[in-house]
Amino acid sequence: MKKDYLQDLATIRNIMERQTKFISLSGLSGILSGSYALIGAYLANRLVYKSQSIAYDAVRDLEFNPLVWKLLGIATMVLVLSLSTGLYLSWRKAKLQGEKLWNPSAKRMLLSTFVPLLAGGIFVIIILLRHQIWLIAPACLVFYGLALYSGGNYTFSDVKNLGIVEIILGLICLWYPGKGLLFWSIGFGIMHIVYGVIMYLKYER
Amino acid sequence: MKNSFINIDKILDNRIRLSMVSLLMVEGEVEFKEMKESLGLTDGNLASHIKALENAEYITVHKSFVGKKPNTKFKITSNGKKAFKKHLQTLENLIKQHKK
Repeated sequence: MKKDYLQDLATIRNIMERQTKFISLSGLSGILSGSYALIGAYLANRLVYKSQSIAYDAVRDLEFNPLVWKLLGIATMVLVLSLSTGLYLSWRKAKLQGEKLWNPSAKRMLLSTFVPLLAGGIFVIIILLRHQIWLIAPACLVFYGLALYSGGNYTFSDVKNLGIVEIILGLICLWYPGKGLLFWSIGFGIMHIVYGVIMYLKYER
Repeated sequence: MKNSFINIDKILDNRIRLSMVSLLMVEGEVEFKEMKESLGLTDGNLASHIKALENAEYITVHKSFVGKKPNTKFKITSNGKKAFKKHLQTLENLIKQHKK
């Protein structure tokens, strides 16, 4: 009867948690993708303000002039850099933890973010086609927040809180048309950095 | 369950079988390959423990073919679920007693 029952309980907990929670998210990737977003927003802001109101009209009318292409280029760069940094750092963390990156909890997490993200993507495309571009920033923030809130069920609960913050930012942004880029920078830039620092201090130090 | 005075579940009083049942508690059903990989077991020791759990009617084994490949799935039974919950309670009680 000298068996270590505490160890038995630890085993059960470990297996059940690993199966339901994705724990390879890295705080550092939050900090980095937040920084990319801020740099991107800064560059976009400079471009748009140099051109005065031409940029707004061009985007609204879906007129693909060089300026719009440059803005699209910046957005794509930020997205690709963030995704690849996030993937690489999660892969590295999973390896350190002796876990596989693509496990059932990763699947569950991605699946639960997928529905709000897809709905948001279609929503934004329709907004663009209907030339209501002032709605783009709030819609991105709200749907992104919903995706994080739902994905947060399968990873650190901090992700859920970040989701709520993004939703609130999106709703405030809706109230102030024309301040889209500012709220975007706060939501995708500053909030990601804050969240990354919290995650790093809480789980990685 | 023969040992009534401490009431510990003989079948689940084994780290590997306990791990298998824990996994099934979360997933409901798990394929042979996934079970093996996620618990880091070999074919041989997985098979012997499967037999024990199947005999105790804690799990059921479903064999089928996906294309030409044989595919084995394990499902937890309501008996198995009950036994797991009871075992957890027993562990908790043991630890409480120990603290006193």
